[in-house]
Formats: sequence, structure tokens, C-alpha cells
Amino acid sequence: MIKRSTGLYEEFSRKEGTASRATHYCAGCGHGIILKLISEAMADLDIQDDAVFIGPVGCATFCYYYFDCGHISAPHGRASAVATGISRVLPDKPIIAYQGDGDLGAIGFNNAFQAANRGDNFALFFVNNALYAMTGGQMAPTTLAGQVTTTTPFGRDVVKTGYPLKVCEVFETLEAPVFIERVSVADTKRIMQAKKAIRKALEIQKEKKGFAFVEILSPCPNNMRVDPVKAAEAFTEIMEKTFPLGNFRDNSEKDIPMPADVPLKTASEITGGGREGITTKNDPSFKEKKFKFSGFGGQGVLSLGLVVAEAAVSDGRYVSWMPSYGPEQRGGSASCSVIVGGKEIGSPTIDDPDVLVAMNQPSLERFAPSVKEGGTLLYEASVKSGMEFPKGVRVIPFPASAIASENGVPKASNTAFLGAMTALGLLPFGDGNVIDALAESFSPNPKLIEPNKKVFEAARKWVSDNKQ
Amino acid sequence: MRKFVKGNDAVMIGAIYAGVDAYFGYPITPASEIAHAAAEHLPRLGKEFLQAECETASANMMFGAASAGKKVLSASSGPGMSLMQEGISYLAGAQLPAVIVDVMRAGPGLGNIWPEQGDYNQAVKGGGHGNYKNIVLAPASVQEMCDLTILAFDLAFKYRNPAIILADAALGQMMESIIIPEKVSDTPDTDEWAVKGDLKTKNNLICSIRMDVDGQEMHNVIINKKYDEMQCEARAESYLTKDADVIITGYGTSARIARSAVDALREKGIRAGLFRPITLSPLPAKELNACATGKKIIVTEMSNGQYRDDVILNLNNKEKVVLVNRMGGNLPKVSVLMETAEKMMEGKA
Repeated sequence: MIKRSTGLYEEFSRKEGTASRATHYCAGCGHGIILKLISEAMADLDIQDDAVFIGPVGCATFCYYYFDCGHISAPHGRASAVATGISRVLPDKPIIAYQGDGDLGAIGFNNAFQAANRGDNFALFFVNNALYAMTGGQMAPTTLAGQVTTTTPFGRDVVKTGYPLKVCEVFETLEAPVFIERVSVADTKRIMQAKKAIRKALEIQKEKKGFAFVEILSPCPNNMRVDPVKAAEAFTEIMEKTFPLGNFRDNSEKDIPMPADVPLKTASEITGGGREGITTKNDPSFKEKKFKFSGFGGQGVLSLGLVVAEAAVSDGRYVSWMPSYGPEQRGGSASCSVIVGGKEIGSPTIDDPDVLVAMNQPSLERFAPSVKEGGTLLYEASVKSGMEFPKGVRVIPFPASAIASENGVPKASNTAFLGAMTALGLLPFGDGNVIDALAESFSPNPKLIEPNKKVFEAARKWVSDNKQ
Repeated sequence: MRKFVKGNDAVMIGAIYAGVDAYFGYPITPASEIAHAAAEHLPRLGKEFLQAECETASANMMFGAASAGKKVLSASSGPGMSLMQEGISYLAGAQLPAVIVDVMRAGPGLGNIWPEQGDYNQAVKGGGHGNYKNIVLAPASVQEMCDLTILAFDLAFKYRNPAIILADAALGQMMESIIIPEKVSDTPDTDEWAVKGDLKTKNNLICSIRMDVDGQEMHNVIINKKYDEMQCEARAESYLTKDADVIITGYGTSARIARSAVDALREKGIRAGLFRPITLSPLPAKELNACATGKKIIVTEMSNGQYRDDVILNLNNKEKVVLVNRMGGNLPKVSVLMETAEKMMEGKA
């Protein structure tokens, strides 16, 4: 009498019907043998209680009827992705995935391939019967040249439908897999070799050494429309010409590569760097003010807006900052909108700014017409533009780049604009806040703080010297 | 502690304090900063970050990690959300918790990367195959990008269901000051259903397949009963609605614009109010009716009336509803909302 594997449930109670100790597999189907081989190895290696088994879609969907371990039933083709997910969060547990040839070779090939390439830490059993069995005998990627299936009624024409996909050979090109072998369960001799390979893959998984892959050629007499004995014989003869058996790789005795360590931090360390003691005040009497900063990318347009925003936040105002992003940013120009208010800010975008800072010609010409009546337009004085400025707007050409260069920091035009804005009284909060926010913005590079403060002061001086 | 942060970064701050265990995602503008933050922070917390090969994979990786009772997160935008629908249907079918952030961009197809709200139906009506619903939360500020991420994890675990944060490109890219949470959430007990590779959970099964039709029907009945129970989680903000003659309703960035319009209308002496759903699924229908019954109603959205349709469906007295919308990456204008409200008050719209 054949001994029952203790890796299987005593009774298959999840299975419907009466035969609670028989599998649902057809006579002569390889899945039943594979089931026994995997379950025996699981029991021998004593990993059942720790293992999580990820079943596919197809005839093996019902792995969870049989294996005595934790189970996940994956979507079609996704067992490798599901196994990747769980193996990442249960790094010490044996994870076993099982996929058929349509599941792994077609719809889920990239998921399996990428998992193999990452060396994701699970054992993957790939059952190749050269067709879609459960769905009704259609062509699989592994279907042999000339093979008749329900979707290749004239035989697989490799010119139109491609060649049988050799997954072991493809995976062999990858660096990460630890173990790759192709076996067959078509006869006793082959089953003994399959048993060894399956056991090896599970040993590798027990020791969490990495990705182990076993392709198992498995006859499907039902869809081959021959009796089981003939199916096994024919299967061996025809299949192994295209899918030669053998071990492709066994790195299980080599050292396991370990990922580089990352220094650990706490949640509060990671999210720190903010400020204590600032409360946002509801102040309906405060009139909302809208700022638009614009120029070339690299002129510090976005950081100018950020300094203004940070200074307003520290003054207890509601503030929003909205950048231009994506292709607009990459196209050379950048802009951002800052709104400062005494209550929650509505739309974060600005149609009609109270203050426009334009640091180059395209942004001057683009945004100047939008400045609100009674607003202020501050633009780089070296920009030559023949445009007509809107009426009722205070227009100030400001030599920001000249001031920045004269003070030794040619890139600090944005800081010069900031100084000018404070001197012109355009910022509805204290200069101290602005200087603090400016210094804070250079905290990654503190040696820039003093030179920028110098530019800031020079800009203020320019404004008081040129008061109109 | 207060910090001035980007909406997308606030999501990860929320996720960290929600106790997220793993992030699986594929880059896409305008959601990528969430992946950047996850890649930078999660390894430092001893948590998992993995850049998946596609969104189909990220959803299924979430399925795998969620099966172990872990807190999983992903973020994407339109095209990536479409690819995730397979996995989201399976998450709902297997009753697994997961949080997915959709930083909506304009569609259909490739569309563009500017803000839109065209994924409303996809998120609120299910999106994948089968009879299921997502929990859908709609932040309207950077603070809510953080806070609703925490709430999404709470609800996802409470109901064992995927939760979607339906944000948009404006909310993802903008910065505001937020209060940083103080305490990392507790780990919920999941031994009853999760599969963790131990003796205690060995007999649990994560699956969405039931071969017998009555069993599958019963499963549908059970999860739909759960959706009914979720109604108690409905949340909304009503702003100046009590004495209002005209109610403007919208969610997310549209609601912000509506708020500006309400303030501006009030300054002109028109009694306007804002109704802003914070949960889109469940939709706060009771709260909507409480403030909108008998009033003039304007719906504003950055989509083709998807939210408007749900408002109409849920109004008990079937009031007339006027839609003010923009698409393609444009935002509705305050001035247009004001003109519409003024016309309605004059009986002209």
C-alpha cells in the first residue's frame, strides 16, 4: 500500500463532493504526483506549520484542498507577484508558489521573470503540460510546434504563434536564481529525479537561500485524448526533444548574498525637522494675499516661494504653495503660487496675483497681464520687453542679478527679490520671519547663509535708495 | 509639531504613523513623490519598499503581503490605477485590507499629468470585476492627505476591504503646513483570518473562489452587507450651510475652489455654503440631504459629472442640480461658480 503523505490534509474537507480522500485530478494527470512529491518533502523537512503556499489559477487552483499548510489563492498569472509580496513581509517563512504554463509562461510571465531576476525568496514550481488544461485544451506558450490544441486546430504554426517557450533556459540567463532544474513525472525513473529536485528547492526555501525554480513536465491525458499510459510514453518522447531534462543551476552551497544595511531611524526622527509652538490663527480680518514667482528653472524660483511660504507659516498664517511641475518645469521655465491667508486657503492656484515676481522674459510676458489691479509687478531689470504693462499695477524693474553679482553670489537673484519684497512692504509679516526662513532654507549648506544675507540687505538698500 | 510639506509627502507621513509595513508601487507622475518617500523612509524603519515591474504586480504584491495581515500601501495615478483593478477586485473578494492612493491626473488614456477627478467612478463604483465597493476617502488639504491615510488604514482593517485615497495632482504637488501625528498606530490582531506561516494561522485560507454558486452568492451577500454597515463611517464637512440659499458641493481640490467661491459670494451678500464629502464611499447622503434639501445646488468637479450623478441619485427631494466642471487638467474657476450662483439666485439658471 502506498503510504499517505503527512504533508497533505487527512481529509480534503475544502473539496466538495463525497470522495473526501481523493483528489479532483483526472487519471494519469501529473498534478497528483507533484502534489504527493511536494507534500512529502514538506513533511520530511518539517516546514508545513511555517509554510505559506500560493496556488495559481487552473487545475492547481485547488492546492488549498490538499496541502496541510497556510494558503493563498492567487489571481491568474500572479502567484509569483503574490509570493513576492508575502515573502517580503515574512522573510523567515518558507514560501512556495505553484504555477502552470499558461499562468506563468503567458499572462504572468513578466511577474515570474522579474521575481526570478530579483531573486525573490520563494520556491516556484512550474508545471508544464504544453497546454491550458482546465480552460479546455488551448495553446499555451509551451505548446509544441505542430501540436493540435483547441486554439491551434491545424497544429501550432510557429511562424504565426511563436515557438515553445523554454522558461528554464530563459531564467538561466539571470544572475539571481539559486536553483533551476527541469524534471518530469512521466515515469518512475523520472519521478525519482523530480522528487530530488523538489526536495532541493524546498530545502533552499527552508534555509531561505533565495529563488529556486523547478519546471515539471506533466502529462495531461485528458486533453491529449489518449489513455494515461500512452500519454506518459508519448509525452516523454515528444516533450523532451523540446524541453530537455536536467539541472541548469545549483548555487545552493554558495554564500547567500545579503542586501546592504540601512541605518535605522524612528518615525519621529524621519518626520522631524518641523517647528514646535506654531499655531495657525483664524483671522478673518487678514486680507488674503497671492504671490506668483516665475523665471527659469535653476533661478531658485520655487525656493523663493518656499521661503516666503515658510515665513508666513511661522507668522501663524494659512499658507499654500503650488509649483509648476512635470513637462512645464522641464521646458525651462518654472513658477510657483503662494497664497497667504487668515483662514483656510481655497484654490491653491492663482489667476490674478497681488504680487508677481518675474525673473525672465517668457514669464514676464506670460504672467504680467494677470496681475490684479492695485497689485505689484516686480521684474528683473535686465529683461528687455516691449510689452505694455496692465493699468493700475505698480511696475518695478529691479536689478536683482546685478545686485546678486555685485555681492559675490551671482546665483542669488532670488534672495535679492526677497530683500526687495520686504523693503517694499509686499510681505504681510515681519522681516525677522523672512530672514529666519531664508537662513533655514540654507541649512543643508550653512556657508551660503551669510553671503545671501548680504545680497538681501543690498537689495533692501537699493529699494530705499530708489524710492519713488 | 508643524511642518510645511508637499501633499504626496504628507501621505507617507500619515502612512508611517499608521504603521505601514510595506509599499509596493510603480512610478507615475504626479504620484511619484510618494514612492520616493517610501523608498527613503521605509527601509530606515525596518519596513519594506519594493518598486514593482508594473501596477498589476504592485496590486498583487499588496495582495500577498496583506494576506499576512500586514499594512500595505501603494500609490498611483489614472493609467496605473487601471492596471491595479484586477488586484483590487481580488483584495475585495478575499476581504483583504490595503490602502491605495490615486493622485488623479487627466484622462482618458494617457491624458496628461494635470489635476482631474475623472477616476471618481472607477474608485467609487468598484473599478474591477464583480459586486464590490472600495472605501474611498477624498482629502482636500495637505493635512488631510496625512490624516486620511491613517483613517484609510483604520477603516481598511476594520472592514477588511481595500481603501482608496482619491486625491488629485494639485493636492499631491502642493505644500501646506501640517501637524505631524504623535503616535504610531497599534498593530491590529489579524490571527483570525491572516496567513502568517505559523501554527495559529495555518488553517486560514485567503481566497476569492467559491465553486458552488450558492456559496459564491452568499459571499456576495456577506460583503454587500458589510458595505451597508460601512455607511456609519460617512464623513462630510458643511461650511456655512445652515442659512445658505445656495449650496456648492464638491470634493478634493474642487471643494477648495468652492470654498473660495462661497467666501466671495458671502462678501457680496449671497448666502452660499459648501458641502464637502470627505468619504465618497460611503457617500454621506444623510448629511447631504440635511444641508441641501430645498436649496439651490451647484456641483463642481474636475470630471464629466460623475460626482454630480451621485448627488442627484442621493437627493431625496430631487432638487435641480447645476454642474460647473472643468476637465483635461483645468480647474473650475471661482468667478464661474459665483456667476452661476448669482444667476440661480436670480432664477436664471
